[in-house]
Amino acid sequence: MSDEEESGETQLTDKEKIEIAKWFLLNSPVGEIQYVAKDVRAVLKDERVYRIAAAEAFPLYNKSHMICLEFPDRSGEVLVTSFSEIDKDEYIDPRTTQVAIVDHVKQVCTDARPANDDELPSSYIEEYRCALDAEVIKYVSEAYPKGICCVYCTNGKDVEEPGSDFEFVVVISAARLSPQNFCNGSWRSIWNVEFKDDLQLVEVRGKLQVGAHYFEEGNVQLDAKHECRDSTMFQPPDDCAVSLTNIIRHHETEYLNSLQTSYLKLPDTTFKDLRRKLPVTRTLFPWHNTMQFSLTRDIQKNLGLESSE
Amino acid sequence: MEAAMGLMRRIPPKQSETALSALLSLLPQHSSDLLSQVDQPLQVLCDAECGKEFILCEYNRDADSYRSPWSNKYHPPLEDGSHPSPELRKLEIEANDIFAIYCDQYYEGGVSSVYMWEDENEGFVACFLIKKDGSMSGHGRRGYLQEGAWDAIHVIEVRQEEEIAHYSLTSTVMLSLTTNDESSGTFNLSGSIRRQMNMDLPVSEGHLCNMGRMIEEMESKLRNSLDQVYFGKTKEMVCTLRPPSELVQMKLPDS
Repeated sequence: MSDEEESGETQLTDKEKIEIAKWFLLNSPVGEIQYVAKDVRAVLKDERVYRIAAAEAFPLYNKSHMICLEFPDRSGEVLVTSFSEIDKDEYIDPRTTQVAIVDHVKQVCTDARPANDDELPSSYIEEYRCALDAEVIKYVSEAYPKGICCVYCTNGKDVEEPGSDFEFVVVISAARLSPQNFCNGSWRSIWNVEFKDDLQLVEVRGKLQVGAHYFEEGNVQLDAKHECRDSTMFQPPDDCAVSLTNIIRHHETEYLNSLQTSYLKLPDTTFKDLRRKLPVTRTLFPWHNTMQFSLTRDIQKNLGLESSE
Repeated sequence: MEAAMGLMRRIPPKQSETALSALLSLLPQHSSDLLSQVDQPLQVLCDAECGKEFILCEYNRDADSYRSPWSNKYHPPLEDGSHPSPELRKLEIEANDIFAIYCDQYYEGGVSSVYMWEDENEGFVACFLIKKDGSMSGHGRRGYLQEGAWDAIHVIEVRQEEEIAHYSLTSTVMLSLTTNDESSGTFNLSGSIRRQMNMDLPVSEGHLCNMGRMIEEMESKLRNSLDQVYFGKTKEMVCTLRPPSELVQMKLPDS
């Protein structure tokens, strides 16, 4: 087609190649970026361009998928997210008060250092954060076989006493990678928690995202998203932690239910809008009876009108 | 090329058009391989003369024009475009008429097209295509889908030996469905699968009958497979990530 006609400009600029390589890397399904990277490298046949694209794409991918990396001394884990980012290769874990130094392309934590005081929240904020963290950990370990979570203060971490607003983000991430079974999936929740002092209210906004990829002799992907809101009273740290976790638990459980309902409806309702299992006649199509059709073309129109339901 | 095909298996199916054009610009020397091996959603043109739509694919293309199965003419007009022989054209016309009815029975709407051409081995090749837009703004009868597309491509190679004909069918189905509502957000399943089937059948009932039955059987298999196996696996994955707790009441038992 027109690709041959454009052979006058076959050579893509480096910039264009980098953009294409980045696009493939960023659109990799969960847990598959290393496989995609290998293929991209083979297709590009240009190490220098690949390196530039990888250096730009991997950090974005890692943050978007909230990948979990272990500290070199195995003292804990750190989540690579935009909320925990101190610097482009540094991510904080408030639980162990360490900052991880990360190699994005290799997807490993190469080093760790203690967090500085100015990178950590004040003790007033930390009371709330820690209480919430503890409750969320309990919830996540009950609800998710392999879930990871963390609570970050994204606004107002230096607030020392009541009278100001502050904001947390609760991140829950669960990934299941089974490449040998040709199946990978992930659940990501991001809960924005805004503590509003003047209203004595805590407002919650949740963004849930579920994805799955099954690719045995085919390529099928699920991409589901949901947003929700809720609120609760501004209470002392432990009480807040419990109500907030209840809110999260409630909405996430409901969302799982609605996902299951969507799946249940598939075979007989949603899928039917694409293709029926059988014609309205409930029999297979009478291919041998072609005469019938040339004579009864008008009846066909009636059949078409009758397919209700 | 292997790496390119590997990428196509991983990229979200909804992005396959972008992915293909990216690969074509990176690997122009492989463009004919890519175009024939990578599944793409089908495009449609209107044959104004006959007032009907027809599907575009590599099999009815010559240069930059596409042949309508209804009028047998190229759009835009082409001087020396290739056409099937008069005999094969007769079969092609009949196939289009019957397949359109089949399409209506199963798809309650949608566009179908059949193209045939002689191949070098004294046989012929037939390509049956269906494109269905199941969204509520398209032909989705029941209004469940915000977005829904089913594209099917069936290519059958036919070789006749006396009273038996050998049929070799390669089918590709690409589909995407999206539901969207307040309480459950956006739910999108999309994917593509490709399968093959070979059969030797007597010619007594005619090629159309044989090919039609093979396609019908294949489409049903693919639909079931997509629904139960493929979508089922993604559902299994979701329940593995976050198992439904016993405290939650399931509305219907898992059938």
